[in-house]
Amino acid sequence: MSITPASTSNSDAPATGTARVKRGMAEQLKGGVIMDVVTPEQAKVAEDAGAVAVMALERVPADIRKDGGVARMSDPDMIEGIINAVSIPVMAKSRIGHFVEAQVLQSLGVDYIDESEVLTPADEVNHSDKWSFTTPFVCGATNLGEALRRIAEGAAMIRSKGEAGTGNVVEAVRHLRQIKGEIARLRGLDNHELYAAAKEIRAPYELVAEVAQTGKLPVVLFSAGGVATPADAALMRQLGAEGVFVGSGIFKSGDPAKRAAAIVKATTFYDDPKVIADASRNLGEAMVGINCDTLPEAERYASRGW
Amino acid sequence: MIGVLALQGDVREHLAALTAAGATPRQVRRPEELAEVAALVIPGGESTTMSKLAIVFGLLEPLRERVRAGMPVYGTCAGMIMLADKILDGRDDQETIGGIDMIVRRNAFGRQNESFEAEVDFQGIEGGPVEGVFIRAPWVESVGGGAEVLATFDGHTVAVRQGNVLATSFHPELTGDHRVHQLFVNMVRA
Repeated sequence: MSITPASTSNSDAPATGTARVKRGMAEQLKGGVIMDVVTPEQAKVAEDAGAVAVMALERVPADIRKDGGVARMSDPDMIEGIINAVSIPVMAKSRIGHFVEAQVLQSLGVDYIDESEVLTPADEVNHSDKWSFTTPFVCGATNLGEALRRIAEGAAMIRSKGEAGTGNVVEAVRHLRQIKGEIARLRGLDNHELYAAAKEIRAPYELVAEVAQTGKLPVVLFSAGGVATPADAALMRQLGAEGVFVGSGIFKSGDPAKRAAAIVKATTFYDDPKVIADASRNLGEAMVGINCDTLPEAERYASRGW
Repeated sequence: MIGVLALQGDVREHLAALTAAGATPRQVRRPEELAEVAALVIPGGESTTMSKLAIVFGLLEPLRERVRAGMPVYGTCAGMIMLADKILDGRDDQETIGGIDMIVRRNAFGRQNESFEAEVDFQGIEGGPVEGVFIRAPWVESVGGGAEVLATFDGHTVAVRQGNVLATSFHPELTGDHRVHQLFVNMVRA
């Protein structure tokens, strides 16, 4: 196992599935919006609006919450329908630790696999070994230790978890601030202190030392879970997210096409309140939100994964 | 001053590569910022998103005018697509800036599972092949008379120059090898 990107091989043969190719794919998504879609038609609306990628799934998190039961990988027919409908990258979700769902998604040719807490975990101890796949993975994290453990397992992109399907950005803010705050703290430690810091956050020393030196994760960091408005997206970017995932926030709103385009604009001009104000005009109804402090512990997706 | 088009994509990596090549780059998102730079890099990213944002924020026509007027431009991957006079497998309504008389096929090397890295012999760059990182990469289907092919991989054209406009299918900005950026910085200074 390697936790640093492999260098180019010296042979002439092209090398696929390298850390650089996987992480580099996420670099191309920066400054963009990745949208949850459940049909080819929604995928086209997202592409028209300027999404950099879509997440193909059977039910958006708000509906998973409402319906209850076990949430699993989507039907391959439905994922292929979306792959065929759009020209932008398509991501899909596997359950945590369900490496066979991930193998299926890789065989379908999805561009990124989200090992996601929004689905019901299949393994309460282990996440999937993401190094063993050609397809890159994105994983959720609520803090730096969790992010680095996922990266050690091979994740090529991290998203702060937030609380999916609530339309409430409070948990996304909490998790991103936590990750950024812990990175800032590492920056202030000397070399002697990094060993104890690694032990404390339960992450590999090499990754902790790398973050302490560079001041950033070794992979792209997006934000997810509760983003519902252009201002929400811009807030996450100003807090340090390099892009945003929007789940239920678009297609559970009154005018999805308009809201999707508005969130794209606000994500690019996240530091320009005039652009965000213009993008926020006359968007119709936002999705109905849920107050996270009224959610019972069992319904908090962010606590899934470890 | 060299700008990096910062609507979306791997802007930070280009800023770092240009800095390493001796330039002092800045981000460009608005027409007035474009007016202040002497040259421009168009990064990798999602070309449909970049094209859409360039239209919405009134950058497409100013970009076309500057390229026509001879501003040095370098595009990687999505940036190569933006600099093609014609594209294949794009969206029906997808606009490009143009500047190189070439036809570029989007995602020609395949989806992410086919993304790869390999060494690429690059005409005019000394010191051996450059590190090529190809991510859902386009290739150049054909070039017109004014365009010069600088590199091929597996029989496909992956680097082209026409006058002051340079384009590569791959991403030198994701490697520590800054020779292509150095070539562009030298073009700007010439």
